[in-house]
Amino acid sequence: MTTMTRTLSRSSIPAKGRYQRRHAVNAVMLGLTGFFTLLALIPLVWIIVYVIQAGAPAITLELFTKLPAGLGQVGGGVLHAIEGTLVVTLLASILSMPVGVLTAFYVATHPNTPLGLAVRFGTDVLAGVPSIVIGLFGYALIVLPQGHYSALAGGVAIAIIMLPTIIRTTEEMIKLVPNAMREGSLALGAPEWKTSLRVILPAALNGVVTGFMLAIARGVGETAPLLFTVLGNDRYDIGQIVQGGQSIGAIVNRILDQPTDGLTLTMWKYAQQPFPERVQQAWAVALVLMLFVLGINILARVLTARSQLKGNS
Amino acid sequence: MATLFPKKKSSSVGRTLRHGDVPWMAILFVMAILVLVLMLAIGWSVWDQSSASRQTFGASFVAPTTDSSWDPVNDHFQAWPIITGTLITAVIAIVVATPISIFIAIFLAELCPDRIRTPLNFMVEMLAAIPSVVFGLWGIFVFLPGVVKPVGDFLGNTLGFLPLFSGTIPASGTSRLGASLILTIMIIPTITAVTRDVLRAIPRAQREASLALGATRWEMIWQVLLPYGLSGILGAIILGLGRALGETMAVTMVIGNNTVEASGSLLKPGATLASVIANEFAEAVSKLHTSALIQLGLILFVMTLLLNMIARLLVWQVARRVPSEARA
Repeated sequence: MTTMTRTLSRSSIPAKGRYQRRHAVNAVMLGLTGFFTLLALIPLVWIIVYVIQAGAPAITLELFTKLPAGLGQVGGGVLHAIEGTLVVTLLASILSMPVGVLTAFYVATHPNTPLGLAVRFGTDVLAGVPSIVIGLFGYALIVLPQGHYSALAGGVAIAIIMLPTIIRTTEEMIKLVPNAMREGSLALGAPEWKTSLRVILPAALNGVVTGFMLAIARGVGETAPLLFTVLGNDRYDIGQIVQGGQSIGAIVNRILDQPTDGLTLTMWKYAQQPFPERVQQAWAVALVLMLFVLGINILARVLTARSQLKGNS
Repeated sequence: MATLFPKKKSSSVGRTLRHGDVPWMAILFVMAILVLVLMLAIGWSVWDQSSASRQTFGASFVAPTTDSSWDPVNDHFQAWPIITGTLITAVIAIVVATPISIFIAIFLAELCPDRIRTPLNFMVEMLAAIPSVVFGLWGIFVFLPGVVKPVGDFLGNTLGFLPLFSGTIPASGTSRLGASLILTIMIIPTITAVTRDVLRAIPRAQREASLALGATRWEMIWQVLLPYGLSGILGAIILGLGRALGETMAVTMVIGNNTVEASGSLLKPGATLASVIANEFAEAVSKLHTSALIQLGLILFVMTLLLNMIARLLVWQVARRVPSEARA
């Protein structure tokens, strides 16, 4: 208040001019907020439209069903990368989902204990660790001791990338479950673990699945952690590995134990090659990847919106 | 009351242990600890794996230098041009992205009509969800020639007397400027989302009091909301900085990976910690080279760890302060 009166008395602008200037500033600044919002949407639209334009012509059946053709040759596909991404993501999901959900249960049920706070904080910080550093960790943890690159190392690295997303969304969803449900179950004599797994988890399932989906979208889109864990392998083909005809354990072992590839990794390599066919395929892979990731995000949005509606009614 | 873990704020009064609860809680406990162990293990592994490089080069690894110092052929590594390249690109990105993001956050939190709020929020999230490598591909073929090259030429012609804009930008547009601008696009969603949440958490009474005193909406935002949420917004900016420092693929694809470019000019190709690791690691032959690259990872880890801890504490502080004040 005192500063206002001081500036009032010091200034020589007549009251009406001051009023107009304040409103002019107001209009300009509020206009700028809208302007910058539109500005930020330009790259989003530009990327989506361009990737569709450049990628769509190269989307062929062959792209999804064939291994790469020789350098400079037309045709061939990225089957190796699709299979690699599937293997790595599946493994990462198997590793990260139980850990993530159980950790979320701990954090949600122990919100104000030192360990609960530390884990929440640790999860947030883990989400901020650059993915390339997590790739280095995967290298040090698995590639170095084993002496070779493998799908296993990539799966572990991607699992660590997915973990924070799973923990945080699951925690939020568990917290949304009405406490009365939990108390009701406990009052009926159910032990804590049964309450958690049979009452709280089903009630929160919609949100938990959403969290999984977002985590998978994040994991599939990552490149940096794959660079020196799975390395790349353009002859990777599960079909041939399975035809080898040993026991299931041996097959799984062979699937996980060799270097593999990924869609993002293939994109990165193809983008740097001087062959136009390869660059074209990079755009096609970008399109597939983008549609997958954006599709999952849209689906997750719809799911949450629906569960919120249900909760409100 | 036999609880395994003390609970300060618990709804379940007098919870008793029943069949199977002890193993259940033990499992939860182990899983929770695992996240913390993971953080320590990541830190320890990059520390441990970089020991050869740390012992060989000591402090000279991070010391300022002007000679061609990152030399895999002769196994001599000094990271100064890489560290400065990382900082320059990230700081420029922050400087450009911060005002834009705050304006967008204000629009989303305060001004936006309800009908378009959800779609707009969603589109900002979309921008964050696009994989980094897609940004990179678009960057190489569209953004560098279409935007970065003209902007770089313009800056070189008009502000070329500044060391920051000295020299001319390569014809391909590959440069630190390209990395900075693509980072700007990539961190806008981060800063925007956190700032928006901080603004929305500010109690209504603060807004109403300011407007009731005759402030225009902008004055209310500028004099009340932004100062009130300052620490949270600062946290948002630091989170964005952390993301910009660690961003790998898009930067690697547009920055040119010149590890010896010592001039600070934005128009020159450069390298960042993450881009050098991504580019050289798989091809590193000598043990020392690998170790030096992992030491770059160590530097990156420590930087982002500190930034993230500071940022989270700042954001939490706002979140924790607000409810108690809103109640009062």
